[in-house]
Amino acid sequence: MGDELLKLENLSIEYKVKGGYLSAVKGVDLIINSGEIFAIVGESGCGKSTVAHSIMRLLPENSVRISGNIFFKGEKLNEKSNREIEKIRGKHIGMIFQNPLDSLNPVYTTGYQVAEAIYLDNKNRKEVWKQVLRLYRDVKMPDAEKRIHSFPHELSGGMRQRVMIAMMLSRKPELLIADEPTTALDVTIEAQILQIMKELKDVYNTSIMLITHNFGLVAEIADRIGVMYAGEIVEQGDVYEIFENPIHPYTKLLMKALPRKTKAEGRLQTIEGTVPRLTEVKPGCRFANRCPMAKDVCFDEDPMTRNVNENHFYRCHRGKEAI
Amino acid sequence: MDKQQPMIVINGLKKYFTISSGLFGRNKQIVKAVDDVSLTINKGEIVGLVGESGSGKTTLARVILNLTRPSESSVIVDGVDITRATKEEEKRLRSEIAVVFQDPASNLNPRQTVESSIMRPLILHGKRKAEARVIARVALNLVKMDERYLNSYPHQLSGGQLQRIAIARALVLKPKIMILDEPTSALDISVQAQILNLLLDLQKSMGLTYLVITHDLNVIRYMSDRIAVMYLGKLVEIGPTSEVVNKAKHPYTQGLMAASPILDPKLRGEKKHLMCGDPGSLINIPKGCRFSPRCPHSDERCKSSSPGDYKINPLHKVSCFLYEG
Repeated sequence: MGDELLKLENLSIEYKVKGGYLSAVKGVDLIINSGEIFAIVGESGCGKSTVAHSIMRLLPENSVRISGNIFFKGEKLNEKSNREIEKIRGKHIGMIFQNPLDSLNPVYTTGYQVAEAIYLDNKNRKEVWKQVLRLYRDVKMPDAEKRIHSFPHELSGGMRQRVMIAMMLSRKPELLIADEPTTALDVTIEAQILQIMKELKDVYNTSIMLITHNFGLVAEIADRIGVMYAGEIVEQGDVYEIFENPIHPYTKLLMKALPRKTKAEGRLQTIEGTVPRLTEVKPGCRFANRCPMAKDVCFDEDPMTRNVNENHFYRCHRGKEAI
Repeated sequence: MDKQQPMIVINGLKKYFTISSGLFGRNKQIVKAVDDVSLTINKGEIVGLVGESGSGKTTLARVILNLTRPSESSVIVDGVDITRATKEEEKRLRSEIAVVFQDPASNLNPRQTVESSIMRPLILHGKRKAEARVIARVALNLVKMDERYLNSYPHQLSGGQLQRIAIARALVLKPKIMILDEPTSALDISVQAQILNLLLDLQKSMGLTYLVITHDLNVIRYMSDRIAVMYLGKLVEIGPTSEVVNKAKHPYTQGLMAASPILDPKLRGEKKHLMCGDPGSLINIPKGCRFSPRCPHSDERCKSSSPGDYKINPLHKVSCFLYEG
């Protein structure tokens, strides 16, 4: 495992709303090492994308309140000016999103848009286009020579995501933040994109922060995972350990809710109720109202983060007492 | 199951669309969305239909629902040919087949309460208001929701609750067949499990027949008795769930199974032969076997002629030359 690349320290993010602030992310601590794939998993509205966007300072500045620290290669990102952050975006931290069509300009060829990114560092036109072609081949774009002249609407969803990855790759960032990168794609294409991401890690030693709701992706490529629920990371650790030996009741129930078998082999575990809306978050453990093992203390006090071993953390009052 | 009673019989069904382009639409192209599909679904059975986007799964469902007319052949639902049904029969069929779509929020009228949304089909089928109100209450109980939600509006409810209401509304006319088009794709895992269990319970207690359409192989594996795999408008493989999942025959099914996300990191690296290329489009359908451009086993014959259905066993059929004879 490499050195510490990204470190979030007690990161809390609140959105401004009528008459106050909504706590969207609360007390997130995590470290991503170089050459590692860290996945943040959670259901919709749990704050995983908010965490990702805050690192790149993509949240609307006048309507959020951020506290805590974001360290990138030892430097505090949250104390940098917007101009300094601009230099980090793309060059050091790259990002790909769920829907590549939203990120591509419809009136320029995709090759031109990738070239634009390279042009920031290299002004030689010929070399730039050579590199575009090489990148298209790196991301296994079919008919790369032809596709560099294609417009976004001429490409399929999988190809568009490849363009985004090529664009991101062109600047060779140390960290890639991938926010639901395959959600809009078919399974066979999803598998291809995952393969490319794995190769990225192996070939370029890029660290990846994968934001997803899909446990399949996590099981497929993550090294470590953080499970988020209603704005908090409730459990964090090595992917094998979390899947095999989850401690937090939420993680435990989720693992049993995954449809891994056939109906003949048993019913799926369900978690009663639904994720609380952020407007309804009460003091105490945020999972308490759905937790089958909640006690009085869970409704009154915020649970502390405890650790099973130096790599595996959870945030629960009941902890190791199994369900 | 003692005697198998076919509820849906499809034999050589075709649905073509024409798209025109150019000045005055002079260039006509044919989209073969469903091409020569045969499938029989028996009473009390859950059949899963998988395929990538654009494979024609939803078009097939729309034809069964009589929302669009087939180009050739027909569908026999509970003994009635849907293209030749009389007005009366058509009305009966409409109450016998229900459908639940992917995104419940867009299928419920945002200006109507849950109660009137659920009552609507009953009123259209001639029930009196008072009676409909009672049935709506029963239906809501069936999907395990509290009666206090009857006066809620869709925006006040979560995705899981909305899907329950969509299911309740589908159930009020006492259907025999339910078509579930991506019933849980829009839901979170914890809620997905609730809905899947609910659907299975309802199926058992009411003896319903399900056609489940999804691209999520894990959901299909969990729910269905049989799995049918579609690729570019053709049914390429059909068989019992355990056989299709564990002993997939068609190269496409094999690729699909390999690509399907594993749900346990310990299975990493076990089975990985990735399919190359894109699913292709129905507009430029390849000659011969439609899967041949992506198939690792394809030869000259695959590129020129399309394979028929070959039986692996009485229940398991594959459309691929590898299993000929």
